[in-house]
Amino acid sequence: MSEFLQFLFSGVTVGAVYALVALGFTIIYNASDVVNFAQGEFVMLGGMITWFAHAAGLPLPLAALIAIVATAALGVAINKLAIEPARGAPVVSLIIITIGASVFLQGAAQLVFDKQIHSFPAFSGDRPLRIGGATIQPQSLWVIGGALVVFAGLWLFFTRTLLGRAVLATSNNRLAAQLVGINTNFVMTLSFALSAGIGALAGVLATPITLTAYNVGIGFALKGFAGAMLGGMGNPKGALAGGFLIGLIEALTAGYLSSTYKEAAAFVVILLVLFFMPQGLFGRKSTERV
Amino acid sequence: MIKKTLTTTVPAALVALALASAASAEIRIGASVSATGPAAFLGDPEAKTLEMLVEDLNAKGGINGEEVALVLYDDGGDANKARTFATRLIEDDEVQAIIGGSTTGTSMAILSVAEDAEIPFISLAGAIDIIDPVKPYTFKTPHTDRMACQKIFEDMQKRGIAKIGMISGTDGFGASMQAQCKEVAGDYGIEIAADETYDPKDADMTAQLTKIKNAEGVQAVLNPGFGQGPSIVTRNYKQLAIDLPLYQSHGVASDGFIELAGKDAAEGVRLPGTALLVAELLPEGDAQKPVVTAYKAAFEERTKTPVGTFGGYAHDAFLILTDAITRAGSTEPEAIRDAIEATKGLAGTTGVYAFTPEDHLGLDLSAFRMLEIKGGEWTLVE
Repeated sequence: MSEFLQFLFSGVTVGAVYALVALGFTIIYNASDVVNFAQGEFVMLGGMITWFAHAAGLPLPLAALIAIVATAALGVAINKLAIEPARGAPVVSLIIITIGASVFLQGAAQLVFDKQIHSFPAFSGDRPLRIGGATIQPQSLWVIGGALVVFAGLWLFFTRTLLGRAVLATSNNRLAAQLVGINTNFVMTLSFALSAGIGALAGVLATPITLTAYNVGIGFALKGFAGAMLGGMGNPKGALAGGFLIGLIEALTAGYLSSTYKEAAAFVVILLVLFFMPQGLFGRKSTERV
Repeated sequence: MIKKTLTTTVPAALVALALASAASAEIRIGASVSATGPAAFLGDPEAKTLEMLVEDLNAKGGINGEEVALVLYDDGGDANKARTFATRLIEDDEVQAIIGGSTTGTSMAILSVAEDAEIPFISLAGAIDIIDPVKPYTFKTPHTDRMACQKIFEDMQKRGIAKIGMISGTDGFGASMQAQCKEVAGDYGIEIAADETYDPKDADMTAQLTKIKNAEGVQAVLNPGFGQGPSIVTRNYKQLAIDLPLYQSHGVASDGFIELAGKDAAEGVRLPGTALLVAELLPEGDAQKPVVTAYKAAFEERTKTPVGTFGGYAHDAFLILTDAITRAGSTEPEAIRDAIEATKGLAGTTGVYAFTPEDHLGLDLSAFRMLEIKGGEWTLVE
C-alpha cells in the first residue's frame, strides 16, 4: 500500500510540473491556433532568472517576481518582433517562428547566464512529509497548488471575463473579431505576456525539484505539449488532466513494470487516446462549416 | 601614383612575411573541442585550459626555446565538423599534433583522419574503444568507465557488500557505464539485484528507488549518471530515508554536485574522483600534489570558475604532448609519437601516466581516489 502511495506521489509530483507547462500552451493556442514551441524556454527563463537574481543577493520572492515579469516582457517582445511582422502567414509558418525563438532564447541564455546546472532553496524547506508510509516533498505541494491556481484562473478568464472571450473570438475569426471592435493586436500581445508569465511561474515553482540549466526548455516543452495534446489543446481542464495523467502513467509504469518502458507507456496511451479521440480528452469538437 | 602602390603593396608584403614566419618558426599544436553545443560542459573548460597553458608556456620561453602556437577550433560536439577541422588542422594549419575530441563521437572522427595522416592525436573522451585496439598514433587522457566501476566495486568488496541495486541515466554516459559495471561486477563477487533507469530530464526518481529499496537483500545502491539526474536521485534517496550506502560515478565529481543535491542529502555519498577535486587534502609527497594545486590555482584565478575534471583532461593532454616534444627534441610526428610511448611517471591531474607501445591509456586504478562527502566537503577514504 505504501509502495502504491509512493508511486502515486512520484507521479503527481512530475505530473504537476507537466500540467503547469501544458497550461502555458493554452492561451497562445486559444488566441491564434499557434502551438508555441518556445513555451519550454519560458519555463527555463523563469528558473534561470530567479536563480541569477537570488544568487545576486535578492530575496527569493522578489527574484521570482522579477523572473516572471521579465519573462512576460520577453514574451511580448517575441510577439512584437517575430510573430506580428509575420501576420497573415499560415499557422505552420508561425509555429516554425516559435521554434526559431526557442533556439534563440536557449542560445542567449547560454551566453547571458552560464552552462552550469542550478537550483535555489525550496520554499518550505526540504523535510519530506510522511503520509501513510510514503513521502512527498513540500515543494511538490507548491507545484500542485500552482497548477490548480493557474487552472482556476484560466478557466475563469476564458468563461467569465469579456477579455477572455475576446481571446477566443480572435482565434475563431480574426476579421470578425476586429469588426465587432476587438483589438486583436492587443489580444495577441496579452496572450504572449500571459503564456510567458505562466511558463516562468512553472519554472519558479519546479526548479527546486527539477533543477534548471540553459537547455532544460525542450524537455519541458515536449512533456507539456504531450500533456496538452492528451487533454485537448486549448482547454485548461484538458491541460491539467493531461499533465497529471502522463506523470502518473510514467510513475506507475516505472514502479510496477520497468523504468525502461515508462516513456513508451505514456506515449502509447497518448497515441491510443488520439486515435479514438483526435481532439483529446476534453478538446472542443472541430466543426468545419462549408 | 607611386604613393598609392606603396600603401597597398607594403602592408600586403608585411602580412605575407608574418604568415611565413608563423608557419615555419613555431611548434604548432592543433585542437578541436566542443566549446559550445550540447557537450559545452566538457569543451568549454578544455578550451580555456589549453589557451591558458599555451600562454603560460610561451611566457616561460616555449619548448626548447621555440614558441608554441595553438590552433583551436570549436566543433560544437558535431562529429562531421570535428572531421573537417581535423583535416583542416593537418592540411592547412600544418600542425604537428592534435588534442581534442571532447566526446567519444568527435574523437572517433578525428582519430581516423589523424591515423591516415600519421599525426599524433591525444583524445579527451572516455570510451575505451578509442585506444582498444591500440592504434599507432592515438592516445587518450581520461580514465575509462570500466575503471570507475572497478574502483567502486573494489570499495564495496572492502565493506563486505555483495548485492547491490543500480539506477542509471539513459544518456550516453549513464548507459555506457551501466553496461561496463554489469560486465565487471562478477569479478568482484557482486550481484546486481535491481537494475533501474531514468531519463536524464526526469524530475523525480522515487518510483525507481522505492523498487530498489524493496528488492530483497540489496546492501548498496550505485548511480551511474551525469548532469542533474544524480542530484535528484540523491535527494530522493534522502526523501525515502533509504539507509544503505549510495555510490555515485565520477561523472558528478565536482563541488556543484554537493550544492545541487544539498549538504544533508549528499552526506555519506561515495564516488571515485580524481586528485584534482581534493587538491588540498592530498598528503605532502603525493606525486600529483604539485601539479594539481598549480593547475587549480591558475585556472580559478584566470576563469573565476571552479576547476573540474574535464579541464584537467586537456591539461594532461597538453602536458604529455609538450613533455614528449621536449624529450624528442624534434617536431617530426613519428618522433613525438615514440616519445609519448616512452612517457614514464608523468604526474598529471588525472593520474600518473606511463605509456608503452601496447598501452595508450597510461593509467591504472590508482588514478581514481575513493571520495566520501562529509559535512558538505570531500574527504579521502582510506
